[in-house]
Amino acid sequence: MTIAPAKAGWRFRQPSVIPGFGLTLGFSLAYLTLIILIPLSGLVWRSAALGWADFWAIATDRRTLNALEISFGTAFIAAAVNVVFGTLVAWVLVRYRFPGRRIVDAMVDLPFALPTAVAGIALTTLYAPNGWIGHLLAPLGIKVAYTPLGIVVALVFIGLPFVVRTVQPIMEEIDKEVEEAAATLGANRFQIITRILFPGLSPAIVTGFSLAFARGVGEYGSVIFIAGNLPYKSEIAPLLIVIRLEEYNYPAATAIAAIMLLLSFSMLLVINLAQSWSRKRYG
Amino acid sequence: MADPEIKSYEPHHESQSAAVTESRPVRLLLMAVAFAFLAIFLLLPLIIVFHEALAKGLSAYTEALSNPDTRSAIRLTLLVAAIAVPLNVVFGISAAWAIAKFEFKGKAFLTTLIDLPFSVSPVISGLVYVLLFGAQGLLGGWLKEHGIQILFAVPGIVLATVFVTFPFVARELIPLMQEQGNGDEEAALSLGANGWQTFWYVTLPNVKWGLLYGVLLCNARSMGEFGAVSVVSGHIRGLTNTMPLHVEILYNEYNAVGAFAVASLLAGLALVTLVLKTLLEMRYGAEIAATRGH
Repeated sequence: MTIAPAKAGWRFRQPSVIPGFGLTLGFSLAYLTLIILIPLSGLVWRSAALGWADFWAIATDRRTLNALEISFGTAFIAAAVNVVFGTLVAWVLVRYRFPGRRIVDAMVDLPFALPTAVAGIALTTLYAPNGWIGHLLAPLGIKVAYTPLGIVVALVFIGLPFVVRTVQPIMEEIDKEVEEAAATLGANRFQIITRILFPGLSPAIVTGFSLAFARGVGEYGSVIFIAGNLPYKSEIAPLLIVIRLEEYNYPAATAIAAIMLLLSFSMLLVINLAQSWSRKRYG
Repeated sequence: MADPEIKSYEPHHESQSAAVTESRPVRLLLMAVAFAFLAIFLLLPLIIVFHEALAKGLSAYTEALSNPDTRSAIRLTLLVAAIAVPLNVVFGISAAWAIAKFEFKGKAFLTTLIDLPFSVSPVISGLVYVLLFGAQGLLGGWLKEHGIQILFAVPGIVLATVFVTFPFVARELIPLMQEQGNGDEEAALSLGANGWQTFWYVTLPNVKWGLLYGVLLCNARSMGEFGAVSVVSGHIRGLTNTMPLHVEILYNEYNAVGAFAVASLLAGLALVTLVLKTLLEMRYGAEIAATRGH
């Protein structure tokens, strides 16, 4: 019997006694390529085929710009609201003990489980001028349904679990001894929260924000019912894609989709960089 | 895990415990704000679904659900989930096996690609198939020549659903199988089991609760998907309308009872999903590993 051949300098995979590598990797790659990669590269290919002038004309069209502004703007506000309330909910769930905590904890995942169309019609009914919440706000002159504010409400609903579920596990890991040590050294509660707890939580909060934001930008089902969908005013970018498709204006639909993907990915990239910076800064 | 038992602090310890928790009024205030927020944003939408569905009484509710178009929407939704979920289960297991059991170049990149559908708008997930299979699409001409209908038909709906639910099973299984390591499989193999036996009798029992967890989430999303399916379905009543799309049609026709009756079924599905998910987390938390949330 010969000795095993000398180690190659570069190998695609480490040797293993476990079988099935070729089969499972091959199948996974084939499936991934067929379902995800080919269709997505079709989108890239179609928008590249548009040519720069056409692409630019669609991208700078007033209606496109307004739709993108509304989508990204409302998603940003909703994610910011969720950072505040999501962190608070996570704090209450992690630190306080109260009856029914398990149920409240499970409830936080409702937006993951509830189909977006159901959330859309439910929120619209609640916030319509004659709805349970809408009729309370109407005398104050606040209109929620059929305005951009309604979009924010829908995106707050959709994004909440992203913040809570990202921040919660990190909060659970915080060592109480650090807080006790700070207290022993004379820090008050406010100082402990801002100087000790918050820096440790900030990467998770940023991640939660970016997940909620990314989801909000692309959200369609829950928004279209409550938004009112007025062009230039309360029309989100995904809806404009659908409208262009229904007009058989494939180039415009493709271009808007490509811009959305580009903006989302570059935003996620920036957030990732900011995060690794904050991890270095605060350890 | 250490359980921070804040409630157990006695009043005379208050000065001491103030260091690691808030004073009682602050605590109560924070809890009140959090509960009010959750009640307004999560509980009320859930309650109003059932309230509106039953607004005109139980008979109107059952009548709305026995409508033939509603029936066919329910059947289509079940059919689509019955195809999409098993496909993604097979993929999830296969991808998790390759990624968790082996070390190879480009693994991190492959894992990122699997998560890709989560960062794509559902509308875009539908759009990519329209660009591929539509009349003006890349394959549109060829499909028409051969009389194959993908768009505005069941295959398109299934494909769009598979796209949006693609990562669910894989991303539950990958960290779980990585955590469990290869020891059990190596032992089985060294005792003479073949690859399939090792998978069926060793790996699968080890990951079954995590797999069920992934299937649960995958199923909930595939039955509830709206944006992607809406783009590819064509909204043909009784033929290509899934339950969420049917909700939209009924709602836009001002048939509130009908829309909310169908919505109540979907909300019921969401509640069942949440209950099962919570039970799995409580009983088999360790075996599902630290992958809660999405």
